[in-house]
Amino acid sequence: MESFIDETLKKYQHQTTPLLMVLRDVQAQYFHIPKQAVELIAKGLDIPRTQIVAVVEFYHFFSFEPRGRYDIFLSDSITDHMLGKKALADYLCTKLQTPLGTVRADGVVSIDNTACTGLCDQGPALLVNGYAIGQLSEQRIDRIVVLIEQNCPVTEWDSDLFEVYDNIQQPGLLLNTKLPRGAALTAAWQRGLTETLDDIKASGLRGRGGAGFTTAMKWASCRATEETERYVVCNADEGEPGTFKDRVLLNSYTHDIFEGMTICAAILGAHKGFVYLRGEYLHLFNKLNAVLEERRAAGLLGDNILGYGWKFDIEIRLGAGSYVCGESSALLESLEGKMGIPRNRPPSSIIKGYLAKPTVLNNVETFVAAAHIAWQGSEWFASCGTEKSKGTKILSICGDCERPGIYEYPFGTTLKEVLKDCGADDVLGVQVGGPSGTFVSTRESDGRLTFEELSTGGAFIIFNHSRNIFDIVQNFTHFFAEESCGFCTPCRVGTSLLKKQFDKIHSGHGSAGDIKELRDIAKLIKDTSHCGLGQSAAEPILTTLERYPNLYERQIKQQYSFDPVFDLDGSLAVARKMSGRDDGHAHLTQVEKK
Amino acid sequence: MAHITIDGQIVPFEAGQTVMEAAMAAGVYIPHLCHHPDFTPHGSCRQCTVTLKAGWNITACTARAAEGQEISNNTEELNLVRKRLTQMLFVEGNHFCPACEKTGNCQLQGVAYHLNMMSNHYPQFYALREVDATHPDILLDRNRCIFCNLCVRASHAEGKDVFAIAGRGINKHLVVNSESGKLIDSELTADDRAANICPTGALLVRGKAFQAPIGQRRYDHHDIEEVTLGGSHGG
Ligand SMILES: Cc1cc2nc3c(=O)[nH]c(=O)nc-3n(C[C@H](O)[C@H](O)[C@H](O)COP(=O)(O)O)c2cc1C
Ligand code: SF4
Ligand code: SF4
Ligand code: FES
Ligand code: FES
Repeated sequence: MESFIDETLKKYQHQTTPLLMVLRDVQAQYFHIPKQAVELIAKGLDIPRTQIVAVVEFYHFFSFEPRGRYDIFLSDSITDHMLGKKALADYLCTKLQTPLGTVRADGVVSIDNTACTGLCDQGPALLVNGYAIGQLSEQRIDRIVVLIEQNCPVTEWDSDLFEVYDNIQQPGLLLNTKLPRGAALTAAWQRGLTETLDDIKASGLRGRGGAGFTTAMKWASCRATEETERYVVCNADEGEPGTFKDRVLLNSYTHDIFEGMTICAAILGAHKGFVYLRGEYLHLFNKLNAVLEERRAAGLLGDNILGYGWKFDIEIRLGAGSYVCGESSALLESLEGKMGIPRNRPPSSIIKGYLAKPTVLNNVETFVAAAHIAWQGSEWFASCGTEKSKGTKILSICGDCERPGIYEYPFGTTLKEVLKDCGADDVLGVQVGGPSGTFVSTRESDGRLTFEELSTGGAFIIFNHSRNIFDIVQNFTHFFAEESCGFCTPCRVGTSLLKKQFDKIHSGHGSAGDIKELRDIAKLIKDTSHCGLGQSAAEPILTTLERYPNLYERQIKQQYSFDPVFDLDGSLAVARKMSGRDDGHAHLTQVEKK
Repeated sequence: MAHITIDGQIVPFEAGQTVMEAAMAAGVYIPHLCHHPDFTPHGSCRQCTVTLKAGWNITACTARAAEGQEISNNTEELNLVRKRLTQMLFVEGNHFCPACEKTGNCQLQGVAYHLNMMSNHYPQFYALREVDATHPDILLDRNRCIFCNLCVRASHAEGKDVFAIAGRGINKHLVVNSESGKLIDSELTADDRAANICPTGALLVRGKAFQAPIGQRRYDHHDIEEVTLGGSHGG
C-alpha cells in the first residue's frame, strides 16, 4: 500500500487540493479507504488526518467500509422511478443476490442508491465502479449480471453498455452554430479584451447555473481586484435532479467551454482554470482531458496562447457524489480538498475564491455562451430573448413526454410551446428547475421561461396524470435530507424532521395539526438556512401545499386529534413477550379520539 | 459615529464590526451558540438570526454592520424561530440535563431557559452517539455535541487540530485527530482552550463535574442574557 499511496501522491504533485482525486484513486484500488491509507496520506501531504476522515465521510462515493469489487449505485431520481426503476432494481438485486444497501458476503458486489446521475432522458441508470449505464432493462441487467459473475473487469465490458446519447432534439442559437477552434479567442484579441468584456456586458448574458447573476459584472469585479493571482472555475457539477444539458455540452461542445474559459482568463488575468466535474460524469473525464491535450498542441492553451503571449491552462477535477458541491463556495471548498460546506459571505468568491484568491465561477453553459458572444458579437446574442433575459436557454426535458432530450429556446418561450414541442399531451404539471425549483400546474402554462418568471438551470420534468404528487414531493424531500451538508441547524435537523413529518402524512398517519406543523418546519428551514440548498429544500412541500391544499387535507385522519410518530402498541411487543402477557392492559391504542 | 438600529435602539459600530460585535459592545443581547468573541464567526447554529427591515434574515455573527441597517432582534417571531432551532438541537442529540455533569453551566440550557422552552416539541431522534472516556483528564460525550465547532476552532488556533466535524447531514459527528480516533491518543491536554470551550457538556475536563447544586447553578437565577453581557462567557 505504501508504494501505491506514494505513487498516487506523486501523480498529484503532493498537493493537498486534489485530495478528492487521491481518494478516488484509493477507493478504486481497494474498494474502500483503508485506515492505513488515511495515515499515509496525512503524513505524505502533512495535513491532519481528520481532514481526510471528514472528506471520506462527506462524499457518497467514498467509504471506510469495504464495498464490492463491482460497486453499483442506482440512480434514484424521480425520473428513474417514472421509468420503472423500482422493479428493475428489485430484478438486479435478486439476480445478484444482493439486497439494496448491502455488500454481498463474497465481497464481489455492492448495491446502493445515489442521487440523479444525469441520464434522466435515457434512464433508469446506474453507476458501476463510477461509470454510467443508462437505458436499463431486464436484458441489459442480465448482461451486467453475467459480466459480474464471470469476473470480467468493467474496462472490458462491451462499450454499447456505456453508450450515452446527446439526444439533441431542438438546437437553437448556440447549439446550431459551430464555433471554429480558436475563432472566439482570435476575435477577442483582435477586438481587445476590454472591448470583449464590454461586448459580453452589452449582450446581457446572465449566469446559466440558476441564480442568473450578470456574467460581465462578475468578470469585471474580479478583474478589478488588487491581487495578481486569479482563477477561473467552470461549474460542471450539474447535480440538480432532472438536469443533463451540461453533460451534452461537455461531450459535444467541449472546445466551446474551454474557449469561453480561456477568454475569461485573459480578461481577468488568470493563468489557471479548473473544471469541477461531478463524479457521476466520470465517463467524460478522459474525453475532456484529450481535448485539453489537443488544445495545448494547437496552441490554444499553454504558455503562449495563439502567440498573444497569454499563459493559461485548465485542469479537470472530479467530485465524489455531493449535490451541495454545485453551490459555488462549497464547490471551491471541495476543489481545495475539503468537505463541500458553503462558506460565509462576505467575502464573495469573486474577491476570495479558490485558495482565497479572486475567482470567477460560472456554469458550463455560461462559458459556451460567452465564447459565442466573443466570436459573433453581442447583438447576435441579444437579438433573441426578452428585455431582462437575453439569448437562449438550453433545457433538459424529461419525464412524461414523447421526445425527452435537449431543447434550446429563446428566453420568453411559453411553457405551452415547450410542452407541445416535446410531445407532452397529458400533463399534470412540470417541475421547472428541478427539486429546488417550482412545481407548475397546467393552469400556469402561459408562463414564460425567463429569469423573472419561470427560472430554471435547465431542469424541466414533466408529469402526467397517472403520477402521484405525493410520491414526487416525497422523492424530492428525501433527496434534500440526504444531500444536506449538515453545517447549519435548520437544514441538518430540519430536513430530517420534514422528511419524517411528510412521510407521516403520506402514509396516512397524519392528524389535524400535522399539516400546520409541516408548513412551520418548512418555513423555518427556508427562512433560516445558511445556503441555497436549505433555502429551497422545503420548496416542493411549500409549493404543493399552496397549489393543492385539498390533496394534503385528504391525507389527514380527520377523526383523530393526535397520532404519535411511532407505533405505540408495537413498541410494547417486547415487553409483552418478556412478561408473557397479552391481556387488554398490555396493549395501547394508537390514536386519541377527538 | 456610524450606527445601526436594533429594535429601534441606536447601536454604534466601527468599520468591519459584525452586527453581533456591535450589539454586544452596546449591551444588546442576541442569542447565540456558535459565536465566541475570540474566534472567527462560524454561522452554523442560526440562533443569532435577525431580520433586516428590507425583509430578509441575516445571522448577526457573520454579517457586517452597515450604516443605517434597521434590525429586528428581540421579537416574538424571532424568539419562536430560535426556540424551534434550540429544540432541534435537543431532539437531534441526547440531552439528559438533570444528570449532566455540566450542572447547568450549559449555554444550550441557558438559551433554552431564555427562550422559555418547555418541551422538545419535535420527535426525538434517539441518535446513537459514541462516548469517549479514554482520556484521564477529559471526557467527550458526543450525545451533547451541538456542532458549534468551537473546540475545532480553538484547537486549530492552538496548532493542534485535535478535532473536526465529519460526515454529512444528520450523520455529522465530532472526530478526534489520533490514529485510534480516541482522545487518549490525541494531543489534547486539560489546559487546552479546546478542552474548556464547549458551550454544552460534550467536552468536559474531569474533576469539575457536579460543582453546583441545583438552585445555585449559573443560569438558575441569572438569564443567559445577563451572564453573557456581564462578560463571564461560558468557557
Ligand atoms: C445547492 C446548490 C446547488 C447548485 N448546483 C449547481 C450546479 O450543479 N451547476 C451550476 O452551474 N450551478 C449550481 N448552483 C449555482 C451556483 O452556486 C452558482 O450560482 C453558479 O454556478 C454560478 O454560475 P453562473 O453565474 O454561470 O450561473 C447551485 C447552487 C446551489 C445553492
Ligand atoms: S442549508 Fe443545508 S446544505 Fe446549506 S449549509 Fe446549511 S446544512 Fe449545509
Ligand atoms: S464538542 Fe462542544 S465545542 Fe465541540 S463542536 Fe461539539 S458542542 Fe461544540
Ligand atoms: S451564533 Fe450566529 S450562527 Fe451561531
Ligand atoms: S445540560 Fe446541556 S449538555 Fe448537559
